[in-house]
Formats: sequence, structure tokens, C-alpha cells
Amino acid sequence: MAPVLEVSGLTTVFHTRRGLVRAVQDVSFSVNAGETLAIVGESGCGKTITALSLMRLIPRPPGEITAGSVKIGGRDLMQVDEATMRKMRGSEIAMIFQEPMTALNPLLTIGRQISEMVMMHENLSRRAARDRAVEMLQHVRIPEPERRAREYPHQMSGGMRQRAMIAMALACKPKVLVADEPTTALDVTIQAQILDLIGDLQREFGTAVVLITHDLGVVAETAKRVVVMYAGRKVEEAPVADIFNGPLHPYMRGLLASIPRVGSARGLNVSPDERLQEIPGIVPPLNELPIGCAFNPRCLQSDDRCRATIPPFEPKQPDHFAACFQV
Amino acid sequence: MAPLIEVTDLKKHFPIRKGLLRRVVGNVHAVDGISFSINQGETLGLVGESGCGKTTVGRTVLRLIEPTSGSVKVDGDDIAGLSKAELRPLRKRMQIVFQDPFSSLNPRIRAGDIVGEPLLVHGVSSKQERHARVEQLFARVGLRPQQMNNYPHQFSGGQRQRVSIARALALDPGFIVADEPVSALDVSIQAQVINLLMDLQRDMKLSYLFISHNLAVVEHISHRVAVMYLGRIVEYTDKTTLFARPQHPYTEALLAAVPLPDPGLKRTTHRVDGDVPSPIRPPPGCHFHPRCRYAEARCRVEAPALREIAPGHQVACHLR
Repeated sequence: MAPVLEVSGLTTVFHTRRGLVRAVQDVSFSVNAGETLAIVGESGCGKTITALSLMRLIPRPPGEITAGSVKIGGRDLMQVDEATMRKMRGSEIAMIFQEPMTALNPLLTIGRQISEMVMMHENLSRRAARDRAVEMLQHVRIPEPERRAREYPHQMSGGMRQRAMIAMALACKPKVLVADEPTTALDVTIQAQILDLIGDLQREFGTAVVLITHDLGVVAETAKRVVVMYAGRKVEEAPVADIFNGPLHPYMRGLLASIPRVGSARGLNVSPDERLQEIPGIVPPLNELPIGCAFNPRCLQSDDRCRATIPPFEPKQPDHFAACFQV
Repeated sequence: MAPLIEVTDLKKHFPIRKGLLRRVVGNVHAVDGISFSINQGETLGLVGESGCGKTTVGRTVLRLIEPTSGSVKVDGDDIAGLSKAELRPLRKRMQIVFQDPFSSLNPRIRAGDIVGEPLLVHGVSSKQERHARVEQLFARVGLRPQQMNNYPHQFSGGQRQRVSIARALALDPGFIVADEPVSALDVSIQAQVINLLMDLQRDMKLSYLFISHNLAVVEHISHRVAVMYLGRIVEYTDKTTLFARPQHPYTEALLAAVPLPDPGLKRTTHRVDGDVPSPIRPPPGCHFHPRCRYAEARCRVEAPALREIAPGHQVACHLR
């Protein structure tokens, strides 16, 4: 099966007063129809800039996508003009954001926002677009969709707003959905509902999903394949089971060891008073990256080579890639 | 041994005012009659979703907001009825660490002065003495003494939270309310701060009220846990029992909703439907009944009391 989304060598920089900030460097991945690829990492690792780059939503200036291609069904989004790109957003690739309140227009009803977007892409009458909006709201399991379509975003709860945003993103059946921390602002019971919903819709429409998250639990539950980013670069990539059962990069190994887990009191894995494993230090600012591997000042295994050269991103095991000299 | 903190039937109602005359048209029952106790050296985890009242509990216990009714005893002294002046000496014994280290530190004051301020307020007037104490506190929380001259923006999120913790420790309190202290931090930094809190507890016999929505963190750090839903405690027991054999349907649903970092596990438990209702007009009877898959006729009319179903295990559910 040919992948729906193929990203290769994506590089995005920002020209700032403090110099050039390389937010995303040489990032490549591909996603098949109906599958979820998770991009994980901590704040400042470049995962959100990667998402915005896919949509070509990087403000320019100060930002600039300096290299790379983003192909959907063979067509490179980086090569099309802005008018074409505007058409492709929504019908080919759509995005949902962490905070629905900032992504929805507070002055328009939910129904109006969805139907406006449908009318832009498809030659539908106002009434038909309206019907589609209600149908989509029903699809994302919003109770009383007719009434809800006449409501404004502030009248809805956080979970409902996130559903409405998903309805809007999927209204034109895009091939690719980019979800940037879609459940981070939500309570845990609502998060579970939204993740289930995205999964169901994805199976139904065959959407390829790029899920950006810092929550390793969410990754384990939803993703088929995982890309780990650190300081703007990919440091590890593998199928989800391999990442969790046999992480290779010291950063990912440290991350997995540092999270407390529900169920440890039942005697699973750890004794209750055991200290959590720490990753020492902090994520470096992108304009002050260390020489060599960006992780080397926090890495217990680093040696002279790590402090001099950036390790290549290469296969270490079948279908398991990492950028580290020590594995 | 008497518990260090004893909270009995604590209530906090916020009036809703409307119209030109700002008449009270209703009340938000943010905290609706809750009781708990915390022993010396113990951590009580308080979990619940947004709007359940957990933050209000933390602040009312410290009297940062005035309770509507109920009593809060700190080491035997009831602080609920005290005047501000009477309360001041007791404030030394109880401190708070806030969630957001970016808004809880004054950006125009040097970190050393932030940590030293409680000392000044509570009568340590000699500059040398304060400096020495602040230096000691910085070392205790894992910061370098040179960083005392830095402003908050020069610290990372985790370091700022260390500054907040140092400030809370300045007066040698016995009790600290930690309100979502690691929620704003990156995963790799969370572990550093959790370990620090646990080390401090062991060395200084601190008691924590640890407020969080993150069940994994609560399970790791707490000795006992109280689960809140819409202003009431629905389950209250030691952590092993709570996480291994939850008895309240809400606790069960909450645990089932947590995504586990293990792709091999398959879900067997049910998901809970619906949103948390508005605390302005909570459902009658058991607040959880509209979302509860076990609900019966009785649950819709009669609010269940929190009662002991096994030694040290309290549950508010008709069906247990």
C-alpha cells in the first residue's frame, strides 16, 4: 500500500533577533490510509512547528520552510501556489488544535462555521451545506445536533467544542488529519471519549492521522508508528510496540522510565516508594544547541564523539531507527 | 496520634449575582461538605476533573479564601474562626505551591528575594541571617546559590517550581498544599520535581495535600487518596485499595479513562459518557447518576452519604 502522506527532509527555520532558530531539521515520515503516526516530544522539540509546516501555516516572516517536501497522493504541497494550497486545506489535509476556543470563531455559530468551510470546497447551496454541518455534528456524536448548530462556541463545553472542531476538520473528508495535542486541554474522561471518536471516524473515512502529543499513554493507545523528536530532530522511529518494549535512544528510554504509571500500587512494575528515574538537566533552547548530539549534556552514556558530531539517523534494528552512537 | 490537619464538613459556596442590584440568584456549591484528615509526614492526594472543587478545597483549607462553614484544625487549632491577625502566626505552619510557576513568581523580584520574603514578613530582620537561610534553601531544592540573583524569567519551568518550593519551605512549615505542582512541566522535568517533593517529605516530616488531575502522579506520591466529584468526596481510602479495587463507579470510570503507556494492553473496562455537569445546577440525588452505568431509581433522588464500607475505606454510593 502506498502511503497517503509522505514527508521528506522537512526543515523549518525562524529568523529572530537572537539569530537563526532551527525549529525543525530534516524530518521525514510517511503515513498510510487509516493509520496513526504519533510525533512525541517535549515543549520546544519542534513537533507543533512540524504540524504547522505540513499545513503551510508557518508565518513568514519570521518563519521559513527552507527544504523538504510534503506529498499527499503524490502531489507536493510545498510546490503549489497559495490559492491551490487554500483549496487543499480542508479537502486534502486538515488540522485540529489543542485549544478549540482559540481555533473557532467566537462570533459565528458552530453550524455557520462548518457550512462556510463546506461551501468553500464543494459546490453546495447554503441549505445543503447547512445539512452537511448538522450531519457532521451528529457524526461526532453531539447530542441534539440541530440545536447545537445554532449555538456559539462559548455555549459549549470543552469536550463539545473539540467535537465541533473535529466535525469541521472532517467535513470535507480530508485524506490527512493533523491533530496537535487534541486532548491535552481536556479532562481524562472526556479525553477518552475524544480519542475513541477520532479512532472511529478514522476507520470509517480511512483518514491518515498525524497525532502530535507529549502524552505517552495517548501514543500507546492510538498510534501504529511513533516518531520521537528532540530539539528539532527525529531521534527515534519505530512501530509502537517496539518503541515501548525496546526503546533505543537514551532520551526515549529515560522518558519512559521517568513517568509514574497507574497500577503500580497493584504491584505492577515498581514498588510504591521507589524514586522515579530522572533525566537530568533541561531541554536546551533551540538557539543555543550544544555541539554534537543535542541530547549529550543530559545523556549518561555520552562520550567525546557525541560532543563533537551529530549522530546520523539510521536503522539499528529491522524497521527501528535511531540517531545515537551508543546503540 | 492526632492528625496534623483535620477538616470537618467544609463548605464553600460562591454566590452568583445578576442584574443591576447584583442580587444573589444562586450559589455555586464548589465545596459541599467534605471532611478529611492528614497525618504528619503523610500525603493525601486529592483527585478530580476540572470544576470538581479540588483547588477551592486547597485554598479554603489555608483560608486563602474564606470557608462558608466547617472547621479546619491545624495541629489542634481551629483556624476557621480566627481573625487575620490571629491567623498570621499560624500561617508559618502551612504553605502552598501553585501550578503555574510562570504566574506565581513576581517577574520583577530576584529569586533570592522571593524566597526570603516570607522570612522578612515573619520577622527575620537581619539581612545576613536571611541570606544564609535562603542560600541553604536554594541548596536544599537543588538550585545553585549564584542563581539567587536571577530573575524568574532566567529559570526554566522546573527550576521555577523549585524556587516556589523553596519559598514554601522558608518558614519551616509542617503542611504544604501542592496544587497541581507538576502539571505545567515537561514529562522529563516532572520526575525531578516529584522526587524532590518526596525527599523533602522524608527529611522534614512534611504533610502534603497533593491536588492533581493526573492519576499516575497521585498514585506515585500519595499515601491516601480522596476522589472528588462536583464538590463532594465520593471515595476516600489508602492508595493501594483505591487503585487496585476502586468501589465508586466514578473512580472506576476515571481509572478506566487513563491511557496507559503500554501498547500491549487491551481495554476491558467501560468508558463513561457525557460531560461533567455544571456545579451551578448539579443533578439531584447522586451527582454522578446521569453518567453512571449502574444508576438505579434511588440514585436519582437521594444523595448517598460517604460511609465506611471496610476499615479505612469510605465510599458515597448506594450500591456498595
